[in-house]
Amino acid sequence: MTDASLPKPRSELGEILYHLVRDPLGLAGLIIVLAILASAVLAPWIAPYDPIALNVPDRLQGPSAAHLMGTDQLGRDTFSRVIWGGRVALQVALPTIGGAIFFGLLLGMIAGYGPRWLDNLIVLLFDTIRSFPTVMFALAVVALVGPSLNTVILVIMVTSIPTYGRVVRTLTQSLKEAEFITAEKSLGASTPRIMAVHLLPNVLGPLAVLAAMDIPTVVGLEAGLSFLGMGVKPPTPSWGSLLNDGYNLIRNTPWLIIAGGIPLILTTVGFTFLGEALRDVVDPKLRGKGGK
Amino acid sequence: MAVLDIRGLSVGYSTPRGELRALRDVSMMVPEGKIVGIVGESGCGKSTLISAIIRLMAPNARVGAGEVRFQGRDLLAETEAQMRALRGTQISMVFQDPMQTHNPVLTVGRQMMDIQYRERLSRAEKRQRAERMLALVGIPDPEARLNQYPFEFSGGMRQRIAIAMALMAKPALLIADEPTTALDATLEVEIIKRLRELQDEIGCGVLFISHHLGVIAELCDEVVVMYAGEVVETGSVRDVFHAPAHPYTRALLECDPGHIKVKTRVLPTIPGNIPDLVNLPGGCIFADRCERRHAACAARPAMALAGDGQRAACHLITERETA
Repeated sequence: MTDASLPKPRSELGEILYHLVRDPLGLAGLIIVLAILASAVLAPWIAPYDPIALNVPDRLQGPSAAHLMGTDQLGRDTFSRVIWGGRVALQVALPTIGGAIFFGLLLGMIAGYGPRWLDNLIVLLFDTIRSFPTVMFALAVVALVGPSLNTVILVIMVTSIPTYGRVVRTLTQSLKEAEFITAEKSLGASTPRIMAVHLLPNVLGPLAVLAAMDIPTVVGLEAGLSFLGMGVKPPTPSWGSLLNDGYNLIRNTPWLIIAGGIPLILTTVGFTFLGEALRDVVDPKLRGKGGK
Repeated sequence: MAVLDIRGLSVGYSTPRGELRALRDVSMMVPEGKIVGIVGESGCGKSTLISAIIRLMAPNARVGAGEVRFQGRDLLAETEAQMRALRGTQISMVFQDPMQTHNPVLTVGRQMMDIQYRERLSRAEKRQRAERMLALVGIPDPEARLNQYPFEFSGGMRQRIAIAMALMAKPALLIADEPTTALDATLEVEIIKRLRELQDEIGCGVLFISHHLGVIAELCDEVVVMYAGEVVETGSVRDVFHAPAHPYTRALLECDPGHIKVKTRVLPTIPGNIPDLVNLPGGCIFADRCERRHAACAARPAMALAGDGQRAACHLITERETA
């Protein structure tokens, strides 16, 4: 009889998605993000031209029906290069964020829940990593092992770990004193069980938000490193190398730098919207009360 | 046989000022299938006692001496793994604040299924058990309610869910740490009634901590009165409440608003403060605040038989007998 008044059971993920698409901000973010993902995955079929095929006679053109975003100094189609560049961006962003979340969760929860000396050790490690400016650190590593996509991924991941780790550590520390953790202990839960079943879901929400907001930063970093010539090697298209070319040729054509900037802006906006909306949705208490 | 038999338990906390002797030579027991209440004001060692029984003590706590015998086994000698196996199966606990005792981001069903991790049951069976327990504690429409989050329940319901979770494995001993303090008076009555019914059905021993004398009188078979880390009086609820043998118990009963018949503007209190547990005074622990203090109180009184099964730590009892 109460079936009508109670929401019908949905999985946790389904519940989050349901409320996410009802929030205009979340819906917009989701659409942008999905579009970027789709274009990256489907690049070989969407891109009208081969991104590295030279066509020198048609170089440095403005937008036209044949070339939606014009061509660069070697006559390569900019639109195709933007789409293929998205692949590089996500190839960097996803493993980076994934790795940073994994290690950040692991180290942060151990630091927050474990003994004091281990906490001090891990925090020292975090502070050491954070004391290097990311770009400088990247430059040093690239100078040692040479530029490659994997180097960029590794460097950005390592320097992102403390960001996640610290958030997880602080959340864990405040949660471990919570009465429900004591209550679970009194019902016989072991330490691994408390961490996996009770701490993890409480920490994961805020972390997902942090990750969604961090993706644009990582994409920007990759673009920056490629811009400095530390990232992907030419002729591989990336948004950073597009910007770099556009910067060099800004006197000849403004289209290159615009074409390189638009996807960066879109990614930032899309993931930020998604992150903001996620923040309201992942907490079951705030769910559906946003009123936006 | 007693489910729980505590003998000569002393627990201290190391503090910057020195050792705070929170429990000193505490002895008490919970007979099988009986409800024993512990009553005493804040800081009398009730919570320390529970944490020592279930072995979830603060990091700076140290057991000085004594035994905590649960069904004959000394819990203080068990390994951490053995203790964990007991918690939630043989001994379980209900906490004071029902708003804090559930994981806020997991549904009640998830949590109730998770605590059955030791059982070799299918998910559906675990869910069914959880549903049955919810029905048993009087949650209407338990099947749908399992999909809800703790914040969707009222405080009284959450406490009933906590009780359902604690009793899931039919423990031999339930420890209830002021389970009704955070609830309003009508809910308090209901929870007490429910607890009594469930105890009847499961037949477990219950250790019920409260500073509310009315609740103890209503629910418990026996009562243990604690003061400043010592047991000052034990006995059946009937005897202790009708003929308190210890001056502290008497003072405590006089302060209970439920007992006051004459209209008054000022509620009675016991003058003075709890002694400093780091620098303990010698002799009787209550001497400082006692109306009937005399020369003998300079020595620590032993528990003396004051009536049928009623014992109190006061010199007056032995003096009355010899006189």
